[in-house]
Amino acid sequence: MTNHWVDIRNADLIIAMGGNPAEAHPVGFRWVMEAREHNDARLVVVDPRFNRTAAVADFYAEIRTGTDIAFLGGLIHYLIESGQFQQDYVRAYTDASLIVSPEFGFDDGLFTGYDPDNGEYDKSSWQYEYDDEGHARRDETLQHPRCVFQLLRQHYSRYTLDVVHSVCGTPREKIQRIWEMIAETAAPDKTMTFLYALGWTQHSIGSQIIRTAAIVQLLLGNMGMRGGGVNALRGHSNIQGLTDLGLLSNLLPGYLSLPRSGEQEYDPYILERARPPLVADEVSYWRHYERFHVSLMKAWFGDAASEENDWCYDWLPKLGVDLYDILHTFERMHQGEVNGYICQGFNPLAAFPHKAKITESLSRLNYLVVIDPLRTETAEFWRNHGEFHDVDPAEIDTEVFRLPTTAFAEEDGTIVNSSRWLQWFWAAAPPPGEARADTAIMAGIFLRLQQLYREEGGAFPEPILNLHWPYRRPDEPSPEELAREYNGWALEDVFDEERNLLIRAGEQLEDFGMLRADGSTACGCWLFAGCWTEGGNQMVRRDNSDPYGTGQTLGWAWSWPANRRILYNRASARPDGTPWAARKAVVWWNGQRWVGNDVPDFPPTSAPGDGQAPFIMNQTGRGQIFARDRMNEGPFPEHYEPFETPIANNPLHPDNPLAKHNPGARVFEQDRENFGTYEEFPHAATSYRLTEHFHYWTMHNRLNAIAQPEKFVEIGESLAEELGIAKGDRVRVSSKRGYIEAVAVVTKRIRPLQVAGQTVHQVGIPLHWGFLGETKKSYLTNTLTPSVGDGNTQTPEYKSFLVRVEKL
Amino acid sequence: MRGDQINLQNVIARSATQVPSPQERSGGVDRVTKLIDVSRCIGCKACQVACAEWNDLRDEVGECVGEYDNPLDLTPNTWQVMRFDEYEDEQGNLEWLIRKDNCMHCAEPGCLEACPAPGAIVQYANGIVDFNSEHCIGCGYCVSGCPFDVPRISKKDHKAYKCTLCSDRVFHGLEPACVKSCPTGSIMFGTREDMFDLAETRTNFLRSRGFDNAGVYNPEGVDGTHVIYVLQHADRPGLYSHLPEDPRISPLVDAWKGVTKPLASMAIGLAALTGFFHYVTAGPKEYGEEDEAAVREDEAREREREERP
Repeated sequence: MTNHWVDIRNADLIIAMGGNPAEAHPVGFRWVMEAREHNDARLVVVDPRFNRTAAVADFYAEIRTGTDIAFLGGLIHYLIESGQFQQDYVRAYTDASLIVSPEFGFDDGLFTGYDPDNGEYDKSSWQYEYDDEGHARRDETLQHPRCVFQLLRQHYSRYTLDVVHSVCGTPREKIQRIWEMIAETAAPDKTMTFLYALGWTQHSIGSQIIRTAAIVQLLLGNMGMRGGGVNALRGHSNIQGLTDLGLLSNLLPGYLSLPRSGEQEYDPYILERARPPLVADEVSYWRHYERFHVSLMKAWFGDAASEENDWCYDWLPKLGVDLYDILHTFERMHQGEVNGYICQGFNPLAAFPHKAKITESLSRLNYLVVIDPLRTETAEFWRNHGEFHDVDPAEIDTEVFRLPTTAFAEEDGTIVNSSRWLQWFWAAAPPPGEARADTAIMAGIFLRLQQLYREEGGAFPEPILNLHWPYRRPDEPSPEELAREYNGWALEDVFDEERNLLIRAGEQLEDFGMLRADGSTACGCWLFAGCWTEGGNQMVRRDNSDPYGTGQTLGWAWSWPANRRILYNRASARPDGTPWAARKAVVWWNGQRWVGNDVPDFPPTSAPGDGQAPFIMNQTGRGQIFARDRMNEGPFPEHYEPFETPIANNPLHPDNPLAKHNPGARVFEQDRENFGTYEEFPHAATSYRLTEHFHYWTMHNRLNAIAQPEKFVEIGESLAEELGIAKGDRVRVSSKRGYIEAVAVVTKRIRPLQVAGQTVHQVGIPLHWGFLGETKKSYLTNTLTPSVGDGNTQTPEYKSFLVRVEKL
Repeated sequence: MRGDQINLQNVIARSATQVPSPQERSGGVDRVTKLIDVSRCIGCKACQVACAEWNDLRDEVGECVGEYDNPLDLTPNTWQVMRFDEYEDEQGNLEWLIRKDNCMHCAEPGCLEACPAPGAIVQYANGIVDFNSEHCIGCGYCVSGCPFDVPRISKKDHKAYKCTLCSDRVFHGLEPACVKSCPTGSIMFGTREDMFDLAETRTNFLRSRGFDNAGVYNPEGVDGTHVIYVLQHADRPGLYSHLPEDPRISPLVDAWKGVTKPLASMAIGLAALTGFFHYVTAGPKEYGEEDEAAVREDEAREREREERP
């Protein structure tokens, strides 16, 4: 979240789109209710289904799954053409005035640089036009035909109300009504918040949907404001912590990135990432990249990391492909290129798309290690579970090891929630039987590997032998020790530029401003610097006092970065340093420095007259409407159809087959063959969670099982009538990749849509239930889903695919 | 709720007992009320699970019959259920009305009036109507006495069960478990006065959002209830999974009570009565003329039996 849970109460308008917060985040949803009751806010839901959030919403509109860019792109068109955007904000705080390279263009669904043969873009033209100093040229009047604003306007000029209606299937009057409600928040004293979740991310165009929302918020001046922002409601407890700590194949902790195979030299690696400002004198905070990186290497390798060996740069793995994501890994496993798999806190058989492929892939392993507190379908993938999982164990040679681990309530530690708060928690009960903490299991594996390398040698032993392992009990690093390491400490005395002593050797860092690139600091995650200082563990704080009545509660737990609660909060004030509106004030300039009800997300003494812009992490200092080369499918979001679409072509580019689906998406050949067509599978399906369950865990809990005991699918009354299905009938739902059977919930809450001149029926398939646990045994939903991911993150397209429903 | 201690002298009504116990202490006990604002309910079932956890209830794992409701109905092991209704108005606007269904804790409790077992059902001064299993004879007449179809008889121990409004928690100054678990403030708990104030605020809020018929459900026919609803459509409670428009204690209860009161003081005849109660309990809410006739016949037979030497 750019903002935080409690801040939702400050919103005037709440748009739940690409998420169903009442269903999936019922506890945090209380702040939506607060906003409605105490801030006179309206709640609007845009979703394929009239869902639990819609049950308490002020307004609901149906939409075809996977068409959110069209809906929001049309909104951008409407805001610009009707002049309902916050002009001063857009001019001063976004890149609207920057001029784009003349080489950049867009034609019939494709941006410049597309190579249809390998399905990738050459992004070199996706840049601003630069002057001799490397700064982007600007036109503050926003009139230049190639300034970002005019290109944006031109790009979305095609997204008229009629086009949006035709693509999304949403009734015209509902679209118009919602656009008007949103436009009202262009006023400086009004804010709208977007609440989204996996309903936006799990599409082949997921990242670009979120970018469209970000552009809308920049136009409305809702970023950095109380009750504004683009707010990701994270899907798992501590999944925010997972991304923060870089547990993705291409990342290092704190959103640092691993080198690619082409980056064998240290200096160019740093230079590429320590990016200078593209507008004169902007903060461009990533320019300090080397401080974060060197401090990380000192935390990892201790004394072994030195300037002479480029801080062990050669020991870092270099990526051969962009991402070793799950789709990529299982593709390789399927091709027999992976022989062992350690599966920690993950249930791939149930949770990954195209179950048949996952089953085949796991069957080709020599060994599989499952680290989990529960029995999982994955750990039992080799066992025959009848119709629900029909395999022959005699044909599967994979050896499976199960290592029981602690569940969340059986360990101390910290969880990072969607608000970016690190909240320390304490074990409620000891673990059962032989279960050990994940850290202890990982430490055990590491120490044994290290011993093998030490005794027997092996290829490239240095990173393993030299890993810094300073824990009191090496076989069980404590959460406290790990937290102190993430925060970081000084290895030598650290001074500021005037040689004032900032911190003594051995002391915990106060914040990431103390990090140095000369090896004098060690820090396991620069973003977390400040969470465990000399003052102790900041994450245990539970002071909920709120002196300004704004809900910021700076004494409650600890929020990254630097305990800031609202990101980019400098944008809550006008260029002259006064708040846009008193009721939305966050930080302001008091003549000497920035003060307010939040920690300023800005250099504290950078005076308004100095002209630095609020988005300090961006090279332009501005909110990026134009993404430059940072996205794989283009600098402006464009609507592309899901890889399995219920209509014949992309209504925006009916004559260009290359622009039917995301041109920048990666598709493996075998997966492409497993896509179905709407002729054979006419119903548009989407999968989702229910409140009563959490994925496949709670199947094991009697109370959850009682609350929702059996697999069902949701079918609109109109489709049900067409197929002769009554409430409670058993139905078969098939995709190109397999079928499931379940009970039919026939509902008024899913209505047929008129899309591009045809009727589209949508089918809702909860992802829960499997063949283990206390609930009735069932098929796995991901039997049906396609193996294709978002063009940037490779998050699978669980939310839009094709099925055929039949009565049994 | 000042002064609410476990104190059976705070009982103001007791089943099958003509005269309530005399009380030395008086005052200091406010009537409590649980407010359920249906317009804020997201149907998460946290209350349902909290109820099961607090009261150590574990029902059977059921099945899906094509709706979100589960368990499908109240049972001896499920003291509250969420009932989901899809309602489309004349303009085609859809609403998903989700009502938490549990004991209403009537000011004039039909169960208590119907109960023939002395002290099996009591009403505390704070308004809570509680079942005392120790004295329950499992006759099931509370079932037919209840205008809301709430009590359920266990096949295992042949006793009646229903929501206690967490009387054990309330006596110790805590809110009921369902209230504590509710994430949206849909379920609130406090003194009767406070809850009616809050209900008015909520009703006004709903009216300001276009629900002209929003209102409070606190049916007069049972002299009001200690569980009240805020409804978007208070003029049509039937939309909410057949919430009764005008619930009243069945006339049967008075009819048979006239007969059994003298009996209640006698030890004999209880066994015979039990059989009789079972017979009558079929169809607790809907009484056609045939039923009434049947009951009158039964009564006549009963009277005959009594009059025999």
